[in-house]
Amino acid sequence: MGNGFLIQAMVYLSAAIICVPVAKKLGMGSVLGYLIAGIVVGPFLLGFIGEEGEDIMHFAEFGVVMMLFLIGLELEPKKLWKIRKLILGTGLSQVLVTTFAVFAISLVLGMNWQASLAIGMSLAMSSTAIVLQSMKEKNLMQSSAGRSSFAILLFQDIAVIPILAILPLLAIHTINADAAVSHSILDGLPGWLQTLALLGAITSIIVAGRFGISPLLRIVAKSRIRELFTASALLIVTGIAFLMGMVGLSPALGTFLAGVILANSEFRHELESDIEPFKGLLLGLFFMAVGASINFQLIAEKPFVIATLTLGIILLKASIIFTIGRFSKLSHDQNMIMSISLSQVGEFAFVTISFIGQLDILNREDTELMMAVTAMSMSITPVLILLNEKYVLPHLGTKKIDERPADAIDEKNKIIIAGFSHFGSTLGRFLRANGVNATILDHDSDRVDLLRKMGFKVFYGDATRVDLLESAGAREANILISAIDSHETNLVLVETIQKHFPNLQLMVRTKNRFDAYELMNKEVKHIYREHLESSVRMGVDVLKKLGFRSYTVQRAAQHFIGYDEAAMQELHKLWHDTNLYISAARKQIEIQEELLNNDFAQKPSFNDHAWDSDEMKRVFAGK
Amino acid sequence: MRKILVLFAHPRFEHSVVNNAMVVMEKQLSFITFQDLYESYPDFNIDVKREQELLLAHDVIIWQHPFYWYSCPPLLKQWIDLVLEFNWAYGPNGDALKEKYILNVVTTGGAREAYQTDGRNRFTINQMLAPFDQTATLCKMVYLPPFAVQGTHRLQPNELAIKVEEYKALLNFLSIETSPLKTLLHLEIINDHFIQPK
Repeated sequence: MGNGFLIQAMVYLSAAIICVPVAKKLGMGSVLGYLIAGIVVGPFLLGFIGEEGEDIMHFAEFGVVMMLFLIGLELEPKKLWKIRKLILGTGLSQVLVTTFAVFAISLVLGMNWQASLAIGMSLAMSSTAIVLQSMKEKNLMQSSAGRSSFAILLFQDIAVIPILAILPLLAIHTINADAAVSHSILDGLPGWLQTLALLGAITSIIVAGRFGISPLLRIVAKSRIRELFTASALLIVTGIAFLMGMVGLSPALGTFLAGVILANSEFRHELESDIEPFKGLLLGLFFMAVGASINFQLIAEKPFVIATLTLGIILLKASIIFTIGRFSKLSHDQNMIMSISLSQVGEFAFVTISFIGQLDILNREDTELMMAVTAMSMSITPVLILLNEKYVLPHLGTKKIDERPADAIDEKNKIIIAGFSHFGSTLGRFLRANGVNATILDHDSDRVDLLRKMGFKVFYGDATRVDLLESAGAREANILISAIDSHETNLVLVETIQKHFPNLQLMVRTKNRFDAYELMNKEVKHIYREHLESSVRMGVDVLKKLGFRSYTVQRAAQHFIGYDEAAMQELHKLWHDTNLYISAARKQIEIQEELLNNDFAQKPSFNDHAWDSDEMKRVFAGK
Repeated sequence: MRKILVLFAHPRFEHSVVNNAMVVMEKQLSFITFQDLYESYPDFNIDVKREQELLLAHDVIIWQHPFYWYSCPPLLKQWIDLVLEFNWAYGPNGDALKEKYILNVVTTGGAREAYQTDGRNRFTINQMLAPFDQTATLCKMVYLPPFAVQGTHRLQPNELAIKVEEYKALLNFLSIETSPLKTLLHLEIINDHFIQPK
């Protein structure tokens, strides 16, 4: 490990540490921060790093692979199956229409058809890294824009396979082709064997994911050596990426597949938390490399051409996606978010364009030009997203803040509800039925519109953002209710509130006791497990059907809930002390066991002696 | 100084002018522990242990409630059912409350004249409180005559203020260790001893 490596690492890390917080502070998002950091340290500004930018980019693309693995982890096979039409419909039409449009324009501009088609296919791709990272950061993944964008990106990843297969066929000078295409060990093999190998690779991922990985992880988890687990997680990702690369498939697609298969596994959360930091760093590195690779010299030479091309492509891609969005009935603002987000040329173009160059489909000058345009379009995207959010969306569809004239109710809105899906809406309706009008924060624009029509005071956006909380009146309010479904968002929200609005009392919905423990670690006092009351109520009805008297069961239920809440405080200590690394699943079973033992020892339902004259009879009989 | 525990039972407290005035005054007195039963146990799930500890820590107990249907609201009856346990409050070993003082403080819509043997309600207030009297007696407590704010439907603000003053005088009297409480046992309602000079 030479000094050079250390210096480079230092340069990248410090650039990131300086630029990203500043960018976030200015509301620009981390992607733009990384890009700017890359430009600053790159060869054209400070020159700390030189031409190795592209190598680093290839290395850092592994971040994208990891990201898709993580996305796969969050997507169970069932959910993936549900969105198959979306993937096929919007994805296919986006790739085909964009390819064709760019192809046609290139022909008109005087290129031969081979080059036009190659460029068309390259430019149809968008940047998975930039889009998903930006959307995750803004909590848009669950919105309709997020889902459609994801579907398109996923299809693009699949489309990479045939595109890489088609490109060599376009080569004008077949002599060069062999050298360039040798990216796969299968090339020498006959076609049927190649297909078989591809299927074999995919099958082995599915089989390994199903039957191999979980037992392996269980063994590793038992060793209780934390870094071993991290190592296994990395091994899974690198192994699959390698396997996919070997048969010439997209590594990102392979790890995505593995992620989906492991989404049901008990190790999902561990894998997530282990890969997450690597993914974050590599993606950051990737964005910085993109920033550093922008050829400002070329831009300075041909500013007009590059600007026109970049803006033209962005406009073209955005309008095609917008049209597709219209067909899939996205509302205007969601559609705008999607179109702008996907409007850039993706990182995949770096690969295809250099490949095209090697194949001599495109001359050197044009290749350089396309590279510059790609990098520019990627760098501009975060800016466009920002502009769209600040200046376009407020005039379109759902506004962040309702601009109705403030009325008297405003001053009494001492309560803020974050999240207005099933849980929040029931709660909000109950409060309103009792004359308490809470301020609502929600990030589903369709729901926000409906609520505003119904006269609710609603703020649209991500509830964890300080500025949104501020404008919703978090300074003056007394209570903030989090009815948010996602535990992770809840944790972020709790931290934000505790840091910026310590005046607010927090009341937090939570899914289960394990999430509750984490909230208790953060010293949240009012925690509501969403299932507790209804499951006990169901138990009450069961006992009634079995012939128990209603009031007896009612009292038993009251005791049980009281006892369970007390037990939660007790077991929290146990959870807290379990600092050792063991899998969440095992931890949960331990706690479950402890609970059942407690039930047995304390018999919360059987020590109710109210209206019980047995003891009296016994005492008087004994006399 | 005797410590007083007020067990307050009112299912619709926010609408009660008279009880509000009384409670505001009570809460200012340092020797009083105010236990709002409907606030503490909206689900009727009374914490028996806690209530028993409260009883043990006080010398004078007050059941304060509106006189609904010639009795107390259901939660106070629930309290009596659950808290006064066999062999704790009564029964062969039930001496926990022995010689503590206890009384009802009630508000009635009807005037005092209505609560007479020849009145509309045919019984006096303390005749109707006989179950409470006997409950206290079974628990070996000293049951004092009730304090009653009556005719609340027609009570004028100045009259209410006077009643509150009378009640305050009673509470102060109860709190003083040397007050001869047993001399009041013969009264029909304990108010009569605390009529304020006009």
